[in-house]
Amino acid sequence: MGKLDNSILLSIYEKMTRIKMNDERFIAEMNAGRITMPYYSARGQECIPASISVLLNSEDYLVTIYRGIHDMLAKGVPAKLIWAELAGRETGACKGKGGPMHITHPATGCMLTTGIVGAGLPIATGLALSSKMRGDQRVTVTNFGDGASNIGAFHESLNLASVWKLPVIFVCQNNRYAEHTNFAKGTACDSVASRASSYNMPGVQVDGNDPQSVYAAAKTAIERARAGDGPTLIEAMTFRFNGHTMGDAGGYIPEEEYKTAKENDPYPKFRAFLEEASVATAEALNELDEAIALELEEAVKFAYDSPLVNASDVLKDVFA
Amino acid sequence: MPKNENIISAVNRALSYALENDKDVFLMGEDIADEEGGGVLKVTHGLSSKYGADRVLSTPISEMAFTGAGVGAAIAGMKPVVEIMLMNFTAVCMDQITNHAAKIRYMSGGQTNVPMVIRTMTGSGFQTGGQHSDFLEAWFCHTPGLKVVMPSNAKDAYGLLLSAINDPDPVIYIEHSASYWNESEAAEDGELVPIGKANIVREGSDITLIGYSRSMVDLSMVASKFDGDGISCEVIDLRTVSPIDYDTILKSVKKTGRALIAHEAVKSFGVGAEVSAAIQERAFKYLKAPVARVASKDTPVPFAKNLESEFTYALSDIENAVLSCMNYAESDK
Repeated sequence: MGKLDNSILLSIYEKMTRIKMNDERFIAEMNAGRITMPYYSARGQECIPASISVLLNSEDYLVTIYRGIHDMLAKGVPAKLIWAELAGRETGACKGKGGPMHITHPATGCMLTTGIVGAGLPIATGLALSSKMRGDQRVTVTNFGDGASNIGAFHESLNLASVWKLPVIFVCQNNRYAEHTNFAKGTACDSVASRASSYNMPGVQVDGNDPQSVYAAAKTAIERARAGDGPTLIEAMTFRFNGHTMGDAGGYIPEEEYKTAKENDPYPKFRAFLEEASVATAEALNELDEAIALELEEAVKFAYDSPLVNASDVLKDVFA
Repeated sequence: MPKNENIISAVNRALSYALENDKDVFLMGEDIADEEGGGVLKVTHGLSSKYGADRVLSTPISEMAFTGAGVGAAIAGMKPVVEIMLMNFTAVCMDQITNHAAKIRYMSGGQTNVPMVIRTMTGSGFQTGGQHSDFLEAWFCHTPGLKVVMPSNAKDAYGLLLSAINDPDPVIYIEHSASYWNESEAAEDGELVPIGKANIVREGSDITLIGYSRSMVDLSMVASKFDGDGISCEVIDLRTVSPIDYDTILKSVKKTGRALIAHEAVKSFGVGAEVSAAIQERAFKYLKAPVARVASKDTPVPFAKNLESEFTYALSDIENAVLSCMNYAESDK
């Protein structure tokens, strides 16, 4: 395919930069002991949600998982609300009741973040069912890892979404490890995308480190969903650089594989492409980077300046 | 509108009323549309023909997917009524019920909520064995964020179901299979029964008999029998087993000084244990005898007819427990 419009490429770059910088800042704050949480870094997977979300409206629904801050930021969840949530502040997205594994922000379509592998797919199917019933033209994008393709909820959901022709896009971010288990060791077939054929829907495998490939696959899937033709399964091949969770030594990843993945880091690669293709000058990109750094600085400050959640709110929001 | 009806008719009428009056309401479940028979016991019969198969959706046998789909549709503002054909089948979608439906309001800080009803049925007595008969309400009562409703008669079945559908939070609505054909007074169209409010079925002064669902028929029979023997029983139908209406229970127990709770679910760690503990915590000085529990034995539900009868309680078990409470003396301690 030809090169995407510069404005689209720059939007993708902006989102990737925000995600990457935000991740680095989290890790810095955790290392400094200023925030404590279980953190599942998505460093290395930035390209996938950045390239898909430029095709979505804020009304479109997002379902993501515990490794999902990149998906949220790409969809437009304000960084300051995520930071305040992680810092346990009352201004946090979920008022301190959710944490990184359960960020919700309906205003930007972020309807659910789940800590249970595979559990987002049935819920995404239901969001899409509501759109079909109401004819509201929304699509639902649900993200999950390769590990989730081996749990029953994945198969039940693909089947149901296909039988009912629901406007949902199943996005498998295949980072090659289900927690610590290598994809091939735990998966009987060669690709997640191939499983789509069992459910009579398109299954597309793309290079998840290439924005233009991800964008093209997502565009086709979103158009198909909006047209009422049903779901698509996209498998975006990628890698997570910080292991399953922070502090994970990664001994289960062969050194050679890690080295190759590092060489294929989507972020510097995309930045180099933008310069080489004259989409933007290094100076222009630096300027953008600085603006995002400033925005994140403000987000962190917003979080730390906000009051802690009130312990007496523990009973609130169990029921209406 | 009928003067009397059975519970199948009451549930059907409530669903029909909800579908008629609220465009956000829809039904999902296995075989519930008329093309598939209108439900295994015809509870949803006629509804898909009247309101469309796009609002009364027969599903594949995929409880995880369609229960989760109910959660998803609910957070988008729809009001799904999901039927899980038999209560034991909730075991295959517990993640969607307890990790998601129950917790989404809390985990999102009140930004999203799950106005979903899960209808299901259960009960022993049909020789359906260990995986088709269990009363599992305690699992759901033990999960903050869920309400659990268990009607015993047609009027409550109707009014509680409409209240459950209108409720902004997830409600587990449990029907008792053997009670389906019991006829009693029918509710008026649109008549509600509030969730969380017990019903004093019969007033009395010597002992409070507490039950719900199946045990109500039994408690009423025992109360009638003892009336002739000079033991005055107050009978309370909890109707909602979570949250429990302790105001009504405690007021009664403070009056009678004795309490018994009966349910078909197995005894250990059950609703009876919870009610008993609460009474003893909050009304100890009023008690003239320990709170009695009558329930099924702590085994899976067996198949053979005589084993199945042995598994659950008999009327005589309730009678003996009442007599033990009445005859309890300080010297028994």
